[in-house]
Amino acid sequence: MSIINLNIKNPVLSLKDLSVSYDGEKLAIKKINAEIKKNSITAIMGPSGCGKSTLLRALNRMHDLYPDIVTTGSVFLNGIDVVEMSNIDLRRKVGMVFQRPNPFPTMSIYDNVIAGYKLNGMKQKKSERDEIVEKSLRDVTLWNEVKDSLQKKGTFLSGGQQQRLCIARALAFQPSVILLDEPTSALDPIATAKVEELLLNLKKKYTIVLVTHNMAQAARVSNQSMFMYLGELVEYGKTKEMFTNPTDKKTEEYLTGKFG
Amino acid sequence: MMTSEKITKRLLFAASLIIVFVTAGIIFSLVGGAIPVFSEFGISFIFSSDWNPSEGKEEYGALPFIAGTIITSVLALVICLPLAFSTSLFIGEYFHDKKVAKIIGTLVDLLAGVPSIVYGLWGFYVLRPFIVDLGLSSQGFGIFTSGLILAIMIIPYATSITAEIIALTPNDLKEAAYSLGATRFEVVLYVIIPSARSGIVASFILAFGRALGETMAITMLIGNTNKIPNGLFDTGNTMASVIANQFGEADGLKLSALIAIGLLLFVITGIINGAGKLIIKKLSK
Repeated sequence: MSIINLNIKNPVLSLKDLSVSYDGEKLAIKKINAEIKKNSITAIMGPSGCGKSTLLRALNRMHDLYPDIVTTGSVFLNGIDVVEMSNIDLRRKVGMVFQRPNPFPTMSIYDNVIAGYKLNGMKQKKSERDEIVEKSLRDVTLWNEVKDSLQKKGTFLSGGQQQRLCIARALAFQPSVILLDEPTSALDPIATAKVEELLLNLKKKYTIVLVTHNMAQAARVSNQSMFMYLGELVEYGKTKEMFTNPTDKKTEEYLTGKFG
Repeated sequence: MMTSEKITKRLLFAASLIIVFVTAGIIFSLVGGAIPVFSEFGISFIFSSDWNPSEGKEEYGALPFIAGTIITSVLALVICLPLAFSTSLFIGEYFHDKKVAKIIGTLVDLLAGVPSIVYGLWGFYVLRPFIVDLGLSSQGFGIFTSGLILAIMIIPYATSITAEIIALTPNDLKEAAYSLGATRFEVVLYVIIPSARSGIVASFILAFGRALGETMAITMLIGNTNKIPNGLFDTGNTMASVIANQFGEADGLKLSALIAIGLLLFVITGIINGAGKLIIKKLSK
């Protein structure tokens, strides 16, 4: 593995020997060591099945939902081992956005944004809730489009709007990290451009980890890039440098379209 | 010359046509058979609780049986709801894909296939004496015993459909909730139940429809008295049980009254089943 010129001080996330296995034998990701820089976008790319989503889902311990999955090694969030935190605590600090937009179909737009608070049984004054909803929707540039239909079901929105709603839902807790798992793979180019623009804005306040199988997207939006292949982190470096001058042969082959 | 494809098509069409004729035939004979009693008593046949087969003073009303049917079925539904719902959460969510859920799921399906007469026999020789031992009623026959056996009969039915619908909740919705820090219980409460709601309602409607028409076990346990029951432990009759009990010795106006009750039952269960299936159909779109 090659890590070049990444002197990351005070990383938001540090991964130490992180491995995940779906069956207890074969490793889906193998001893990943990496640090994630604050207020930047880190892209994880690689061909299908290389373990990029598996790596992402290890960061907020989504794998805990499935008892057969074995995770070893550790993830530190601002210096604290995530296994020492409760899942509720961890997931409030590390938000997640999925491949397909998945707003809760039975909830209104308003309730979708505030869903994290509701699900955890946290009660606030209505004015506080209104504020959180408006701020989160403004953060994803959806406020002007939906402010008059907050009580309508989220599923009436277009795909791109739904995905931005899901990002707003993740932002409502003011997390320190947002994990996005191929968030634009189900969107058209215009909606994709909107989400990408949004991510560039959001990195001022949040640390973003973005899984993508779209190299061009990684090149457009990310500051750092990881290239994964067969469960291993092959190369990790500044995006610009990696795309112009990859050190590993596999990375070069992937970036030049020889496979993937 | 007819191609083999055309012949097959026509054969299949003819076979399906038989179903249509049979249904039409049943409705036709039920309506035809019910005409005498309706022309004698009019619509008040449905709302009258008189039942007097003595010649010359004949009076027939369906109300006691409609009441018996509805009371026993509602009672069964009330008993069935919490049990079926928790079992289906167990099978469909908490232990979904686990061995124990598969075993219980198989048992549930097995119970759903037990013939009515077997439930009736068990109810008569085990459940009824138990009710007597508890001191709830002197002979153990009646509405409560019938409702209980009906509940046992519809629980597997409601459980199996509800479990399937619960298991259908999209995984990405559940994961979305987990990613917001929700616990399992909160996911059930705020994600699974709301998104499965109409399906769950439909499965209980279908179970209720089953209870309405259930005959054999009820006939053996309800006590067969032609009056509106006075309470949970009183005896009574349902629409199905009065027909099963009396059709052998009925003729003339009485036979027509029984057929009319059959027609009413047919219409009611038809509406209930139709409503349930409509909701499920809408859901699966």
